Amino acid sequence: MDKILRVNMTDLSTKIETVPAAWAGLGGRGLTSTIVAAEVPPTCHALGASNKLVFAPGLLTGTAAANSGRLSAGAKSPLTGTIKESNAGGTAAQMLARLGIKALIIEGIPTEDKWYSLHVNKDGVSVQEETELIGQKNFAVIEALEARLGKKTGILTIGPVGELKMTAANISVKDPDSKIRSHGRGGLGAVMGSKKIKFISIDDQGAPGVKIADPEKFKVAARTFAKALLDHPVSGEGLPTYGTNVLVNILNEAGGLPTQNFKVGQFAGADKISGETMNETITARGGKVRHGCHAGCIIQCSQVYNDKDGKYVTSGFEYETIWGLGADCCIDNLDDIALADSIMDDIGIDSIETAVMFGVAMEAGILNWGDSKEMLRILSEEIGKGTPLGRIMGGGAGSLGKAYGVTRVPVVKNQGIPAYDPRSVKGIGITYATSTMGADHTAGYTIATNILNVGGYVDPLKKEGQVELSRNLQIATAAVDSTGMCIFVAFPALDIPECLPALIDMLNARFGINLNGDDVVNLGKHILKVEHQFNIDAGFSNIHDRLPEFFSTETVAPHDAIWDFSGAEIDEFWNF
Amino acid sequence: MQITVKLFATFRNDRFKVALQEHSAGTDCRAIVLDLGLTEEEIGVLLVNGRHATLGHVLHDGDTLSIFPLVGGG
Repeated sequence: MDKILRVNMTDLSTKIETVPAAWAGLGGRGLTSTIVAAEVPPTCHALGASNKLVFAPGLLTGTAAANSGRLSAGAKSPLTGTIKESNAGGTAAQMLARLGIKALIIEGIPTEDKWYSLHVNKDGVSVQEETELIGQKNFAVIEALEARLGKKTGILTIGPVGELKMTAANISVKDPDSKIRSHGRGGLGAVMGSKKIKFISIDDQGAPGVKIADPEKFKVAARTFAKALLDHPVSGEGLPTYGTNVLVNILNEAGGLPTQNFKVGQFAGADKISGETMNETITARGGKVRHGCHAGCIIQCSQVYNDKDGKYVTSGFEYETIWGLGADCCIDNLDDIALADSIMDDIGIDSIETAVMFGVAMEAGILNWGDSKEMLRILSEEIGKGTPLGRIMGGGAGSLGKAYGVTRVPVVKNQGIPAYDPRSVKGIGITYATSTMGADHTAGYTIATNILNVGGYVDPLKKEGQVELSRNLQIATAAVDSTGMCIFVAFPALDIPECLPALIDMLNARFGINLNGDDVVNLGKHILKVEHQFNIDAGFSNIHDRLPEFFSTETVAPHDAIWDFSGAEIDEFWNF
Repeated sequence: MQITVKLFATFRNDRFKVALQEHSAGTDCRAIVLDLGLTEEEIGVLLVNGRHATLGHVLHDGDTLSIFPLVGGG
């Protein structure tokens, strides 16, 4: 029987609750956003006692469905002030699903100045005081907990950045190799820190496992789905070979690779930080080109990146991180970017927000363009140690920009704009402007259709069709984010006709229900509307669905593109 | 006329990263693609001077043609 675990950090009590009927058909983002909208006052302080931190595995998580092992984390975001859902791979989602845990809700704030940990197992959840690991970085926490509780323990942890409640703090999730995946965006690590929880450990021994209503039907659908993932050139070949970093070159060629804090759209050093170069480097140094972030991932876009001596540096080395610390900061040294990626995992900070912040810091003159050594020092010595400058930087791009009087600060709703220039890839600009999450490329990934010729083609340099494209993708994404699926299943789903029906068949077979395509679209619409209403009640209006002014006043080379959507045109997005 | 041809991802295997090629006037993208031993079906994205183009797009002296298989990420 599925259950909800609830932890009250104010009185340190825990409860096991039955799943309300209204939540039964929800999982992942659909469930975290529904719970946050129902239980968190939208005007509350995100780091105060009224906010709640919610974890939920997806509807298909814990089953044999390929790529279904994502965990959603939700709360009111201390970075944006909006509702937030951030999902990650790792081992925790599948363990929670097998334990029959639909959601873990953490509320309140301890009255005493002490740190705690939570332990989840087949009997529920318990709260313990924690002293040993406070102040420790994430890799040390994982190592210590594996020694303390066993190698198989699932772990969610925050580093020093989360403990200090910096608003770019992430929540780290142990992956199958005892490395780290991240609930990166929106500062959810600061929410966990505000509740004085250093880590959550999970033991799934004796878990009942996930019951499938119609195992035969599930098996057939799962096979069709997996075949579509392997057959599509993006999920079957491009991502496994080059990782997400394959995008550096194509965005650079298309003039959409934001460079020098969004000054121009092409980077002279692009080839040195590209997916092709990364593939050669990994291969030459005995790393791994393919690697999955969770058991059952067949796309394997992750990798193991070693240094020149063949020693492990990082994994899950993503395009957005490499773009941000690379092109946007004019750094062409991939080894230094890899080191920075590892440090960000270790101290527990979002690598996208931090990369965008460094571009702003370079514009402010805090460090020079291209100075990767100073960037590494700042990560370890300022942000990692919580110096006054480090805390301003750990607050993200908006925080740093405000402190230093920078006018070119690429954020929407105070969240850093990622790796695609909205002037030369206009569809993604609509997503940045309208997403309920603040600037978030994954919310409605128009790059697929604007740049990659996946799901058709909409000219990235023209305004026509962009609002509709972003709307359709944001609706679909909200639904996919509820299944526990990796968002990269969207590539085959957009092109291979059997893929999406197979996904729906798996949902039907899992729960013994009868959803059709329209139901799934309606679920996506419903989730977006619930999130949007939370934001409106938190004080946001259409005026916040806008890009920073400089995108409308400065053109970007090489296409001399400009952001030329009127407010009324953007507002059409919510017309559904 | 001179065309700069750039190849990416798997298309570089046993070929090149970038080459300056001489072609007769009126050559289209398809001719260059086939000349490289690639098939039309393999092509994911063609960019001419950074703008999306079709196989039938006729090139001009000094153009840069970037050729990609279907790739993605995000």
